[in-house]
Amino acid sequence: MFKLELPENKDIPELSLPKTLPHFNIRPSHGWVSLKLKDIWEYRELLYFLVWRDIKVRYKQTVLGVAWAILQPILTMVVFSIFFGRLAKVPSDGIPYPLFAYCALIPWQLFANALTASGNSLVSNQQLLTKVYFPRLIIPTSAVLAGLVDFGVSLLVLIGMMFYFGIVPTAAVLTLPLLILLTIASALAVGLWLSALNVQYRDVQYTIPFLMQFWLFLTPIAYPSSLVPEKWRILYGLNPMAGVVEGFRWALLGKTNGIGSLIFVSALVVAILLFGGLVYFRRMENTFADVV
Amino acid sequence: MSDIAISVKNLSKRYRIGQRQRHNALRDKITDAMYTSLRRLSRFVNGQPAAYKEDNIIWALKDVSLQVKRGEAVGITGPNGAGKSTLLKILTRITEPTEGYADIYGRVGSLLEIGTGFHSELTGRENIYLNGAILGMKKTEIDRKFDEIVAFSEIERFLDTPVKRYSSGMYMRLAFSVAAHLEPEILLVDEVLSVGDASFQKKCFAKMEEIRHEGRTILFVSHNLGAITRLCQRTILFEEGQISADGPSHQVISSYLTPETGTTAEKIWTDPEKAPQGEIARLRAVRLRSVEGHLIDTIDIRQPLRVEMEYEVLKPDHIIMPHFAFYNEEGVLAFSAHDLDPAWRRRPRPVGLYVSTAWIPGNLLADGTFSVGAGIDTIDPIIFQFYEYDVVAFHVIDSLEGDSARGDFTGDMGGVLRPMLKWSTQYNGDESYTKQCSKS
Repeated sequence: MFKLELPENKDIPELSLPKTLPHFNIRPSHGWVSLKLKDIWEYRELLYFLVWRDIKVRYKQTVLGVAWAILQPILTMVVFSIFFGRLAKVPSDGIPYPLFAYCALIPWQLFANALTASGNSLVSNQQLLTKVYFPRLIIPTSAVLAGLVDFGVSLLVLIGMMFYFGIVPTAAVLTLPLLILLTIASALAVGLWLSALNVQYRDVQYTIPFLMQFWLFLTPIAYPSSLVPEKWRILYGLNPMAGVVEGFRWALLGKTNGIGSLIFVSALVVAILLFGGLVYFRRMENTFADVV
Repeated sequence: MSDIAISVKNLSKRYRIGQRQRHNALRDKITDAMYTSLRRLSRFVNGQPAAYKEDNIIWALKDVSLQVKRGEAVGITGPNGAGKSTLLKILTRITEPTEGYADIYGRVGSLLEIGTGFHSELTGRENIYLNGAILGMKKTEIDRKFDEIVAFSEIERFLDTPVKRYSSGMYMRLAFSVAAHLEPEILLVDEVLSVGDASFQKKCFAKMEEIRHEGRTILFVSHNLGAITRLCQRTILFEEGQISADGPSHQVISSYLTPETGTTAEKIWTDPEKAPQGEIARLRAVRLRSVEGHLIDTIDIRQPLRVEMEYEVLKPDHIIMPHFAFYNEEGVLAFSAHDLDPAWRRRPRPVGLYVSTAWIPGNLLADGTFSVGAGIDTIDPIIFQFYEYDVVAFHVIDSLEGDSARGDFTGDMGGVLRPMLKWSTQYNGDESYTKQCSKS
């Protein structure tokens, strides 16, 4: 009566299938889960493409284009120079105030933009979360990395300014890559927490702009950290950006002092935050697609 | 190596749904809102998921076990909310099961939603790479298949145009061709055939048949029973998160073809204001029924189908002519039909309620989905009353049992109609044509 047998099924071409098939075991995860950082390595091409996408589309359909990357820190620098440098006469460790402020503003912009982008990244990519599998960690990571292009552009402006003010960096400039890494790590550390929380509690997306405003004033951008009394210095260093910003001034302008204790406290705080963020993120990861 | 591609054991998935409450007064609303946010806050501070009451939980999947062999094409169907898509989401690792486990042997590719991750500001070329990477392809793999993908999508000329300038058809074609060039051992497909225009659907379908012929495993979730019977030998029917039938497609589907399965079999206008109408006639309802009189939206190709129109005549002494038109899924008019009942033909009618019924014989329409348009005109003089497209719709299933017009052929027949023709074949001896030629 009914023929189930289809001719094409007789010769399933074994050759088209690889000899060893990957095996996935899918089961509910319980308790502590491993960080699975290896997964990220396996999906590094996706990470690359997501970063590339974010960079590509960032200034699409704008008139000024990438000029936005430098306009923001430059305009902030102008405002700071007028109000804090000229009118309030805030000391600047013997560095011309505009340079003093701008040198701090560029790592700050990197941090603030990367943190905002990664904090909102899971929610803004929810279409991906609910349709495709990949290690979720890639999303906040790519959001952070995409900020590096803007940073690079504004760094060029800084070099121009240093030339103008006749400041030659010392050998300390070689630590710059480490400082950039620390900035990225700080943004990612906080971004991981915020992005995972944001999936469940959209309150986070309204908190981020406030958080960045407060943080800006807790960081020695408009003023030098030497204004903070010595005994509070360690506590002040709990803000990782305090160490980063002073580190930038030390590495590029070479005139500040007191970087030592600050930077190490900052690095330690970042390491703890980052590890905690990774663990929290991984624990929440399996509910993202259901909750977002 | 074992020949199992997918093995699912006692898989369950629980979802929490929001609590619905009645608010009688604004005061209640406010206190309730405060209470809820306080409770949420305390839950958040304690880091505990809420303890939900039993009735706020739904089991999208409950204790599902199944095995799929390599090279098998399995159809999955069932009403909305039966757990089909949840199963696919678990198998693609998008979401985790609550209980149970699944083993998967081979790379899984999914067409859960094509075009996932497309960015409207990026060009077609850029989106091919982005989307490919998102679907799990390596860059070298995309490089290698790039020309093939472009050719399949037919968008060569617009390759460097941002996809936001694309027509929706171009967008779909590009998205599908990227997804179709994944080469997973296991392909999960969710209802892709329901989107795009007819020629695109045909192309999707051909591609899936090609994938099946290559010996890959396919899980095909669809409501399109015709497509399932053609592509899959085996079908699993889901109902309320559980497997209610699993077996050869034609058996499972014919058991699923119980009456009152869907809403497309009936359309009623309860509000006379909104009903299609003219000055003389007003539509009340259109229904599709089986021979037994049950409402039905899926019919075996061999069975006749009753199409009935319920209407009111509002003014006396007019000659009324109800008519139907039947369109296939490509929008091709298969045929239209006018009421020929001699009882009322050429006779002016009194005011009142009427039901006119047309019978479509079995073995007339091809398999596929047909939508019905219903209208009424008057004759002498001809006055248009109303015509309504897409009032009801039905699926015709050609169940491959060998006694329909397709005979023993299992592939795609095409066409709008599939009548049973009388065939005769005459035997004219064993001499070949060439022999006959040389003789004469």
